[in-house]
Amino acid sequence: MEKRKERVDRGIKARASGIFALTSWREMLYLAAPRLLPVLLFLILPLVLGTYWQKVLLSLGVFALLAISWDILAQAGMISLGQALFFGTGAYLAGIMNHYWGWHPLITMPLAAGFGGLICTLCLLPVLRLRGIYFSMVTLIIPLMLVRIVEATKIFGGTEGLTGITPLPSKWLELYLIMAVMLAALFGFRRMLSSDYGLVLKGINDNDRSVINAGINIYLFKAQALFISSAVGAFCGAFMTHVYMFVGMPVFALDYSILPIAAAVVGGPGTLAGATLGACILVPLSEILRGIGGLRIVIYGLALVVFIVALPEGIFHYIQRKYNQFERWVEVE
Amino acid sequence: MGAAPLLSVSHLSKNFGGVQAMQDVSFELKEGELLGLIGPNGSGKTTAVNLITGFVRPSEGEIFFQGRDITGMAPYKIVRQGIARTFQMVKPFYQLPAYKNMIIPLYSPRVRDTVGGRYGDRDAVALDLLEEVGFERDAMVAYKPAGALPQGYLKRLELAKAIALNPALMILDELFSGLSLAEVAGIVPIIEKLRMQGKTIIMIEHRLKELFRIADRVMVLNYGEKIAEGRAAEVMESDAVKKAYLGGE
Repeated sequence: MEKRKERVDRGIKARASGIFALTSWREMLYLAAPRLLPVLLFLILPLVLGTYWQKVLLSLGVFALLAISWDILAQAGMISLGQALFFGTGAYLAGIMNHYWGWHPLITMPLAAGFGGLICTLCLLPVLRLRGIYFSMVTLIIPLMLVRIVEATKIFGGTEGLTGITPLPSKWLELYLIMAVMLAALFGFRRMLSSDYGLVLKGINDNDRSVINAGINIYLFKAQALFISSAVGAFCGAFMTHVYMFVGMPVFALDYSILPIAAAVVGGPGTLAGATLGACILVPLSEILRGIGGLRIVIYGLALVVFIVALPEGIFHYIQRKYNQFERWVEVE
Repeated sequence: MGAAPLLSVSHLSKNFGGVQAMQDVSFELKEGELLGLIGPNGSGKTTAVNLITGFVRPSEGEIFFQGRDITGMAPYKIVRQGIARTFQMVKPFYQLPAYKNMIIPLYSPRVRDTVGGRYGDRDAVALDLLEEVGFERDAMVAYKPAGALPQGYLKRLELAKAIALNPALMILDELFSGLSLAEVAGIVPIIEKLRMQGKTIIMIEHRLKELFRIADRVMVLNYGEKIAEGRAAEVMESDAVKKAYLGGE
């Protein structure tokens, strides 16, 4: 007798045009738990971790935001290899505002996010027409170019960078600010992408001709997605400038471009939650491996390969499926 | 019905490198008319559609729609003027329910204000439109993922996406191709209904028998040139058309 696995939806069935009929606490918990758990986790973690791991949590938040920012662009059909451009632009803007003009971090960060987003969008506006790998190549090259410009012209401190940047008033503000921004970006943009507006963005990725054919200016929508994504990236840069109290050429490093992509791919692209989950796995993993010295990168790389081969759909999609469906073996006639 | 034509195409030419895809084609279309565009494979029918809808820029010639010059206008702007087309190759969002596929045309600036933008408003309009093209509401067809629908429904979905834009001119690119006789018979009444609502339609077809039943006029293209135009029966009697379809010296 042959057997096969059958998947059955665990979901709540009574649903009519977006209205859920909830009949018990258990069902409410079933819907609320996946949202409540990460919120509670990230609000409690800063309180229980030691100083060292609190720093790791900061960089986790930053990489999660960068991964979210990458995923938003990817869903609108733009595969970016240059999150470092967004990060670096924001970092330098905040650095300049603070170093030369002495503005407070709480003013420089939102300004750097807004203007950073604007500058990056304008910078990439001419290449919005490029699709696929051609767009990616341009995003990869620009941050590498900017590093050389800073080095050659010695502007903004040249290779030395700008030092003596004001830190945020307190460690707790640092921690809770980045946690709050990360959670707000995660849930806010998830909601945006599941709305009709988000559907249009995804439509551009899937079949741009059919979106044009609806009388929609896809370059306007792409530019909006680019602005959102680069503003998030620029915020990360501005935040880290104040955390490190320094801004210099390393802000355009390839790490800020590649690690967010790895996080989104491991976690599962297209959901933002996957990107966040990926960062939650990769950033601490990289820290734990710091202890073993030279082979760290090898093991880190191996772990990446194992994740991608074992769960090509991404960890988040796997968990989501297990949560929403249960499996049972049934006999095949 | 005004005397001025709804669409007027004059001396339209297009060459891709050395290939002359369209050569000096002129025609006019009155409001409420149904024009059949036929011709052998590679005769330039789809090129004609791409030129009118702005997806391809003409090398020479002019296109006027409702008295306005739309030559070389960006495709999305042409749609906003009131020309909607369907694609020969349907490519819906396969993982989304059929009615969610309608959200993008309903987001168009052309109809956005009339549809209402609150949560679920577009869904309701989408379901109504799909019912109009034959998605039976009782059978919940509109809620099924587009990937699970047979070709006939996908073509209806493509048609509904064009109707959603409330266009003055609809260009249907091989709507009947790949469909069974029964499926075609199901779509013909929808097109007849659109005509009664006063829509002007250009249909590109290989299924001549079905086309001739509903078309007022047909135009025949061959190697990018117009070789005949007129009532279906007359056109098919023309020597040039016989030669193009059946071959000859």
